[in-house]
Amino acid sequence: MRVSRFGVAMAGALAGGMFIGGHALALPEGIETVKVAPPSKDHPLPEIVSGWNFRAPETQALQSDDFENPGFIWVEQGAELWDAVDGSEGKACASCHGDAAESMASVGAEMPKWSEAKGKPINLEQQINACRTERMGAKAWKWESGELLGMTTFVRNQSRGTPVNVQTDGPMKPWFEKGQNLYYARVGQLDLACANCHQDYYGKRIRADLLSQGQSNGFPTYRLKWQKIGSLHRRFKGCMKQVRAKPYKVGSDEFLALELYVNWRGEGLPVEAPAVRQ
Amino acid sequence: MKFRFKLGTALALAALLPVAANGAAMVAPDGVQIKDGTVAGSLTGAAGDPAAGKKWFVGRKLGNCLACHANSDTASEPFHGQVGPALDGVAARYSEDEMRAILVNSKQIFGDATIMPAFYSIMTDKRVRKEFEGKTILTAQQVEDVIAYLKTLKE
Ligand code: HEC
Ligand code: HEC
Repeated sequence: MRVSRFGVAMAGALAGGMFIGGHALALPEGIETVKVAPPSKDHPLPEIVSGWNFRAPETQALQSDDFENPGFIWVEQGAELWDAVDGSEGKACASCHGDAAESMASVGAEMPKWSEAKGKPINLEQQINACRTERMGAKAWKWESGELLGMTTFVRNQSRGTPVNVQTDGPMKPWFEKGQNLYYARVGQLDLACANCHQDYYGKRIRADLLSQGQSNGFPTYRLKWQKIGSLHRRFKGCMKQVRAKPYKVGSDEFLALELYVNWRGEGLPVEAPAVRQ
Repeated sequence: MKFRFKLGTALALAALLPVAANGAAMVAPDGVQIKDGTVAGSLTGAAGDPAAGKKWFVGRKLGNCLACHANSDTASEPFHGQVGPALDGVAARYSEDEMRAILVNSKQIFGDATIMPAFYSIMTDKRVRKEFEGKTILTAQQVEDVIAYLKTLKE
């Protein structure tokens, strides 16, 4: 009885494996590849591979079809909020930015960006809230709220297919280095760093999970386990908790630096948001 | 003053030498000696229980050894990891004292770069979550149980 259950599980794992790298399924609209060559010899990875490549065919199929992809509930919510007037200034996002398909066509691939005004990098969630509080006279949306997830997903979706490309020099350099240190820092009771799992062992199974490179190009991502879309910082938190470490806070400087660094590791991968993962 | 000092010393000693259920002295995590890739003798002064060890080996909240290692003896459990080597026949490759050293602190055996956690070492300055602070992943008894189980994996 139990033996046969194992047989089924292994058969499923093998079936998943057969497709890996094989592109048995159509890629989501506007995405032409899930693997790119590293931009330079100093890059820590020999190949840069989207998390899409490591998922089971059923999960890939869910992402490939915009009508099936549950993440589109948030894209639609974001589209409505884009045109909705809110706050004391009587403005909507559209009042300043017009048609998102044009004005937001690449910004989702370039975040976090250097903010001269703040004297530090700013990511998409933070930029959305800065526009709300500073230009619209509206309240900041809470991290992981339906509104902020919806708007972030909607804006990132406008860049779908655009290769990730972040600034890492100039004033960004110390943030990049901070992110790199965090990526290689071993933490928690299990004493593991991001790199232990996502650099040294990607493509290998860690119990029920197939380790990917921990790339960020799909975020915000709909997770079947969450039954919800989630931010990149929520995923970082989850990975830290799993090694029994105290996670940093969503929106913290630490996660901002880590976001910059992780995005750089995935440079050249097309933005997939909203991706679907298990 | 004097009394408090004595009490403090007694407590400190107690922390270093907790007493196992069977009355034997238990070796605390910071008192374990790893020499030539071995930890000589049981951490509890007694042999472990292989049946219990198998449970800790499989348990996701305990050793979770299966997360990284495949093992034919636990084939009925779904999902075996591919991160470490399969543990079939591990008892033929390592002595009991070597396996104890691997479990206590794998880094001392495989080097600092290993992904395998140290199961009987206390992590400090590692942002350990509150509920695990000052604690080892497995207790001394659980380490001995897992070793007793590994000793049954002869081929
Ligand atoms: C103990 C192993 C482990 C460690 C350490 C770890 N992760 Fe993960 N991570 C996973 C697993 C398992 C998944 C889910 C499967 C996958 O995509 O790899 C995951 C997923 C992710 C994803 C989502 C990838 C996608 O395509 O959706 C990101 C991003 C990520 N991790 C980043 C990190 C970062 C940053 C760190 C360090 C703070 C980290 N991980 C530490 C195991 C780990
Ligand atoms: C996060 C991954 C991970 C976990 C969890 C883990 N190990 Fe390991 N283990 C490894 C790796 C990887 C190696 C190989 C040495 C190396 O590459 O660092 C290894 C090596 C070993 C070896 C030597 C095997 C050989 O044939 O050389 C033994 C014995 C062992 N582990 C036992 C255990 C036991 C028992 C547990 C649970 C209590 C456990 N491991 C948990 C990753 C892990």
